Amino acid sequence: MAQVRVTVDGVNYADDVEPRMLLVQYLRERLGKTGTVVGCDTSNCGACTVHLNGQSVKSCSVLAVQADGAEVLTIEGLARDGELHPVQKAFNECHGLQCGYCTPGMIMAAVDLLGDNPDPDETEVREGIEGNLCRCTGYQNIVRSVQRAAQMMKPGASAPTESPAPVAGGN
Amino acid sequence: MTTTAEPTTELGKARTRKEDARLITGRTRYTDAITPHGTLHLHVVRSPIAHATITSIDKSAAEAAPGVIGVFTAADLGVESVGLPCAWPITPDMKAPQRPLLATGTVHFAGEGVVVVVARTAAEARDAGDLVEIDYDALEPVLDMEAALAEGATLVHPDLGTNENATWAFDSGAAGTGGSVDEAIAAAEADPDSVVVRRRFRQQRLIPAFMEPRSCVVDPTGEQITVWAATQVPHILRTMTTVTLGVPEAKLRVIAPDVGGGFGGKIGVLPEEMLCVALAQRLNKPVKWTETRSESLLAAHHGRDQIQDLTITAKKDGTVTGLDVHLLADMGAYLGLVGPGVPILGAFMFNAIYKIPALKFTCTNVFTTKTLTDAYRGAGRPEATFGIERIMDELAVELGRDPMDLRKQNWITHEEFPFTTVVGLTYDSGNYEQATEQAMATFDYAGLRREQEERRARGDKVQLGIGISTFTEMCGLAPSRVLGSLAYGAGGWEAASIRMLATGKVEVVTGASAHGQGHETAFSQIVADQLGVPFEDVEILHGDTQISPKGLDTYGSRSLVVGGIAVVKAAEKVIAKAKKLAAHLLEASEDDIEFNAGQFTVRGTDKGKAIQELAFAAFMAHDYPEDMEPSLDSDAVYDPENFSFPHGTHLAAMEVDTETGRVTLRRYVCVDDIGNVVNPLIAEGQVHGGLAQGIAQALFEEANYDDQGTLVNGTFVDYTLPSAADLPSFESSTVSTPATSNPLGVKGVGEAGTIASTPAIVNGVIDALRHLGVTNVEMPTTSQRVWRAIQEAQGRSTQETPVDTHSPGAGLGSIDPNNPQGEVQ
Repeated sequence: MAQVRVTVDGVNYADDVEPRMLLVQYLRERLGKTGTVVGCDTSNCGACTVHLNGQSVKSCSVLAVQADGAEVLTIEGLARDGELHPVQKAFNECHGLQCGYCTPGMIMAAVDLLGDNPDPDETEVREGIEGNLCRCTGYQNIVRSVQRAAQMMKPGASAPTESPAPVAGGN
Repeated sequence: MTTTAEPTTELGKARTRKEDARLITGRTRYTDAITPHGTLHLHVVRSPIAHATITSIDKSAAEAAPGVIGVFTAADLGVESVGLPCAWPITPDMKAPQRPLLATGTVHFAGEGVVVVVARTAAEARDAGDLVEIDYDALEPVLDMEAALAEGATLVHPDLGTNENATWAFDSGAAGTGGSVDEAIAAAEADPDSVVVRRRFRQQRLIPAFMEPRSCVVDPTGEQITVWAATQVPHILRTMTTVTLGVPEAKLRVIAPDVGGGFGGKIGVLPEEMLCVALAQRLNKPVKWTETRSESLLAAHHGRDQIQDLTITAKKDGTVTGLDVHLLADMGAYLGLVGPGVPILGAFMFNAIYKIPALKFTCTNVFTTKTLTDAYRGAGRPEATFGIERIMDELAVELGRDPMDLRKQNWITHEEFPFTTVVGLTYDSGNYEQATEQAMATFDYAGLRREQEERRARGDKVQLGIGISTFTEMCGLAPSRVLGSLAYGAGGWEAASIRMLATGKVEVVTGASAHGQGHETAFSQIVADQLGVPFEDVEILHGDTQISPKGLDTYGSRSLVVGGIAVVKAAEKVIAKAKKLAAHLLEASEDDIEFNAGQFTVRGTDKGKAIQELAFAAFMAHDYPEDMEPSLDSDAVYDPENFSFPHGTHLAAMEVDTETGRVTLRRYVCVDDIGNVVNPLIAEGQVHGGLAQGIAQALFEEANYDDQGTLVNGTFVDYTLPSAADLPSFESSTVSTPATSNPLGVKGVGEAGTIASTPAIVNGVIDALRHLGVTNVEMPTTSQRVWRAIQEAQGRSTQETPVDTHSPGAGLGSIDPNNPQGEVQ
């Protein structure tokens, strides 16, 4: 067993984990963060995407112990004080989801994409999210959602703060 | 979508979805998120070999592994004689092998379960699974459908004496619904003013690849055994669990919580689900099984996989005189729940929108040692649409006609509805001219034809092709009597209940089971209109057999046109009851009560009661008529009288690099007539997603087996679902010729995009290359296949180039389309 200390969605945790435990397993099975889902076993689909120290990662390809000392943000911690993140709002407004299974990963990837490129054109969005697969939407409304979110996040529009609000019980 | 003023009714309003609130915040409950206290985890040990005799199984090391509760074969569980159901015996003498929960004696496809391990954690179950030693004696795999039917072929199931599951035929001459195809072909062959075109098309094997892997949790504690399953069909699963295992239906509660897509891939009754029930009962503990993606691609049912031999006859003036269809359909090793009937659904759609006077359809289903096939989005209708739309293009070439002109000459004109087709279906409504004119105008068909001519004339390296698909489909499975005549093992009705709560809110229970379609939103809109209550006051309940005790679930574009109409029928009953109560309370005659927008008023007065007041009055029950019960709640079961027939015109501009074979989808325009639209936002989303799947069949996807019967692309690395970077934005819009077969005038939209798009793409690819002598490219039309087709048409050798067995060109941007072997290096 190895010890991992990690902040997830603003809450500190310390746990003993098997060295082979994946971050996504830790989030789901130990912390009950089942909003982050698993869609494949080859790191292709991106359904499990979360932020690790502010960067989007596929949490199926990170060991829990690698997150030691890190800040993890999941889909469950993205909204602040009941206020949805602009990307979440845009996915709703533009019908960027159907079954919703790829959505947590897609939203987390899109947030990171917009951090790197605040005003992506269609091609940049399509290439920016190509590591996240969706089987329902044909991607068109996902692309619209990301571009709508970019508009909503432009200077002048209210942007989210950096530190996530705690959304799960203590450790 | 077509821009119109915001409607005053809920019907037609682009409401954002209610269900999104939980899905965008992670407040979801997919089956794998459910883990009751003490849950044990299953891992299925699967055969790596397609066809083999099991010579020994050594479980001892696995049984001694950490955390292991037990390791079981079918014999250990006493389930050797249990067979999974096939609910569609298409012929009385259909050959149906028993599909076991775990293989005993012989394995029949790579991926079939042999042993199940139960452990305290999923990881321990998997670890122990690796320790199970199974010895096999390999048998000859059965892979090719035609070889499987030949004399002396190795038999998948020797006790059946054949690899043929069944042959199903329809002949319009014999049925009296049209002429004789044999006579039409003989006449055309003898007539110098007629042509006969014969073509063979192949529908490759596809994998539905829903994003949520299948999962099942069974909790045996309490009076009812509770089953959570990632399924499209909780009601059917409950009934079939009873049929399969003998657990009384009333002792089973099946819940489909949030379900992450299905596309037909989740209509099965799974061996793993039945193992979960059997093991939960045996161990008296909750058990869970969640597949990995690789397991899913290997063992969840596949779709399509047909060889189509078509013969079309026509007068030289373009009038089609007959169509003969001969299919071979690969069932795989066993029969799925409705697997044998899937190709048969296509029988009624090969004539499509055309006035074909004679049609014969013969389909032979074949067993092979591959994963079984069953429904995949469109189920039978994409195959039929591909066949007819491809051969219409071939006929146009033969006759030297523009392919759209030839279609126009043969299609049913809008004045001719209702129209009874050569297979005996009555199309209630449609307007092919309207959809086509709009699509051609948006697409600039004439302009693109000019560009195509110019590029051909100057020998452009990249050639332009225009692909057409003018499709129709039969939606809304289905009138129960029709299903009965096809020996389908269930009816096609749907149930709904409306409960008027004391506070004036409305609970609506539907037997449809959404898994991404947006029923909670669309059905709320329907009820808000029907009852005159706010959209926000309607709660849609579904997917739990204790909450929604009666239903036939979601598949075949049936939820709106059957389930939605059941909701309307239940609302009508609520209004009838409310009217009676209103008349009593307002001291008026029931005949004088008018209902409008949630208000019951006495005609010619200002006296009235809101429906919410009446719901409260019924709840209080202090004052109500003697001849009624104190309740407005109502149930309805709706059985449609006919299918619905959405249609549309889809146009694709394809660019093909003649040096590398690279195919690019430049533009895709479609105009769909799906009748009245409840929610244009949701309808458009369904079209987009359907297009992506149909286009993926044409360009990207194929489940490939090697010569030993092993699936060689069973991960998302190499089963190449399109990513966002592989697709363009589509130009989709709708027109509406309301269905006359239901009170909402709706037709269904879930499968339209998938059914229509595949032939549009392939017709476009071939149209780009036709002048080079290319007449066919099999799907997926990968760079290498296109390149080879060009080389062969030009008489150049391709012997030095290995044949691709993969599907390059799609997914993750990792494959260079100019290096189509890239992924197998």
